[in-house]
Amino acid sequence: MKFRGRVWKFGPDIDTDRIIPARYLNTSDPAELAKHCMEDADPEFVAKMRPGDIILADKNFGCGSSREHAPIAIKAAGVSCVIARSFARIFYRNAFNMGLPIFECPEAFDGIEEGDEVEVDAGTGRIRNLTRGTEFRAAPIPPFMQELIADGGLMAHIAKRAAKG
Amino acid sequence: MTITEKILAAHAGLDRVEPGQIVSVKVDVALGNDITAPIAIREFRRVGAERVFDRSRVVLVPDHFAPNKDIASAEQCKVLREFARDQDLEHYFETGEMGVEHALLPEQGIVVPGDVVIGADSHTCTYGALGAFSTGVGSTDLAAAMVTGEAWFKVPESIKFVYRGELPPWVEGKDLILYTIGRIGVDGALYRAMEFTGPVIERLGMDDRLTMANMAIEAGGKNGIIAPDATTRAYMEGRAKRPPVYYRSDPDARYAEVVEIDVGRIRPQVAFPHLPSNTRAIDDVGEVPIDQVVIGSCTNGRIEDLRRAARVLRGQRVAKYVRCIVIPATQQIYRQAMCEGLLEVFLDAGCAVSTPTCGPCLGGHMGILAKGERAVATTNRNFVGRMGHPESEVYLASPSVAAASAVKGRIASPEEVVA
Repeated sequence: MKFRGRVWKFGPDIDTDRIIPARYLNTSDPAELAKHCMEDADPEFVAKMRPGDIILADKNFGCGSSREHAPIAIKAAGVSCVIARSFARIFYRNAFNMGLPIFECPEAFDGIEEGDEVEVDAGTGRIRNLTRGTEFRAAPIPPFMQELIADGGLMAHIAKRAAKG
Repeated sequence: MTITEKILAAHAGLDRVEPGQIVSVKVDVALGNDITAPIAIREFRRVGAERVFDRSRVVLVPDHFAPNKDIASAEQCKVLREFARDQDLEHYFETGEMGVEHALLPEQGIVVPGDVVIGADSHTCTYGALGAFSTGVGSTDLAAAMVTGEAWFKVPESIKFVYRGELPPWVEGKDLILYTIGRIGVDGALYRAMEFTGPVIERLGMDDRLTMANMAIEAGGKNGIIAPDATTRAYMEGRAKRPPVYYRSDPDARYAEVVEIDVGRIRPQVAFPHLPSNTRAIDDVGEVPIDQVVIGSCTNGRIEDLRRAARVLRGQRVAKYVRCIVIPATQQIYRQAMCEGLLEVFLDAGCAVSTPTCGPCLGGHMGILAKGERAVATTNRNFVGRMGHPESEVYLASPSVAAASAVKGRIASPEEVVA
C-alpha cells in the first residue's frame, strides 16, 4: 500500500484541541468533523489541502485528549497518512484502531519541506521525497498492529475473532 | 517488578511481564462519557454485539456537555441514556447524581486498588492515585472492551519520581505535578508509567494524589501510579464496591529513569500558555491581568480544593469585571461544601457556583473565553483555544493561586491575600 501527496508541515506538540477543537465535539459525524480538521493549527488547512496529501509533524503529535474525533477528522478530510517525529500514545492507538496510517520517523521532519511531493510505502516504511530525491525509513509497524490493519481495524478484528468462535 | 508490571501481569494471567511485551488483559472497569461513548456504542452495535461483557463494569457518565448545552449535546447524552437502559448498566449517572467522571468513580468506590481501568477520556490516569493501573484510550478501544472485557497493552517502562523534603506553605499537589511536568516536558514520560513515590507522597492526602495522577497524561505518560498505603486504605473504607488488591513495586524493580525532587524550594506554580510544561514559579509571573477564574474539573474540583479556595476567598471580593466560576466536581462534594459553609464563602465573594460539569475545562460551555481574554484555571490543559477563542489564554494553577488571582484581578500568590 502506497500513499503519495503534498506535504503540510506542523510543529511540535500539536494537541488534539488544535486538530479538532472541542467546540465541534457535540457531533461525531466524520463529514462535519472533517470541515474543521486542524482548524486551530491552520484555519486554512481544509481549504488548501487535496485528498491524498500528507501531514508531517514534529514530536508528540496528537497529545492531549483521547478523542477519536482527531484521527476521524484527519481521515475524513482526505489526508492519506501522518508522519511525525513521535506520536502521543493515545493518538497512536486511536489512529490504528481507526485505520489512519501513521509513521514514526525521527529524520523525515528535517528532510522534507512543506509542499514537497512525498511517497510512503506502508509495507516497508520507506518514505521517499520525490521533490528532492531523498529517502527516509519509518519505524516498522509492530506485527500485532499489522494484524489489526489487515483485518480492517480493531472492531473488524474482534468481529472476525467472534465469528471464529 | 514495578507496581504497574504486577497489575498488568495479574490481569494477563501471567507470573511476570517485561516492558515492551504486548499483553491482553482483563479490564475491571471500562468508562465512557457523552463525547466518547456515542462513538463506542456505534462501534459496539456495528460488530453485532448484543450485551456488554459485564453490566456492573461498564460505566457511563454524561459530564462534558451536560447538563445538555444544545440540541446536538442532548442527542449525544440520549445515546448514553438509551444504551444504559437497554443494557441495564449498574453505573450510569444522570444529571442530578452525576459528577465529573474522574472525581465520581473514586468517590463511589467503583475503582479500587489493583484494578485495570480503561476510560475513553485521557484523564482516566487519575485512578492511579488509588494504586490501580488506569489509562485513557479512544472510543474504539472502549467499544472492544465493552464487548470482550479485555484490552491490549504494551507493558510500559516506568519512571520513578521520588519526592523528598518539607512542602513549603501554599504548595499543593497541583504545584508538585506542574513542577514535575515543567521539568520533564509534555512528552517527558511518553509511553511510560509515572510512579510517584517518596516521603512527601506518603504524607499527601488522597485529593492531592488524585490531582497528581490526573496530570500524568500531560507529560505523555501512559499511567500515573502511587502505591496504596494507610491513606489509601482509609479512603477505600466504606466505599469500595469490590475487594481491593494492594500491590507495591519490588525493592529491586527496574526503572527506565529515577527522578529525585526536593520539594523544599518549590514555590506555587503557574503554567503559562500554551503548554502545561510552560511553568513558572509564582514569583516570576509578573503582571498578568485576568478576566476569568475557573476552580473545578477532574484535576481540582474535590472538597480539599474547595476548602483551599474558600480559605483564600473568605471575607474577600472577586475583583470587578472578573468572573470566578466554582464547580464542585460531584453532587457529594457540592453537598459537603454546602454543609461546611464553603458555598456561602464563594457566594459572598461574588463567585458563580455551578452544578458539576466538565464544561469550561474543554471550552464546551459554562465559561467560554472571548478573543484576547485570559483565565486562571485549576484545570489540566492550556492548549491553544482550550477554553474558547483560539486567541484566548489559559494559565494553570492550584485552587489557592486561582482564588487569590480572582481577588486581585491578576495572577497572584495567596500570600498577597491571606495574612
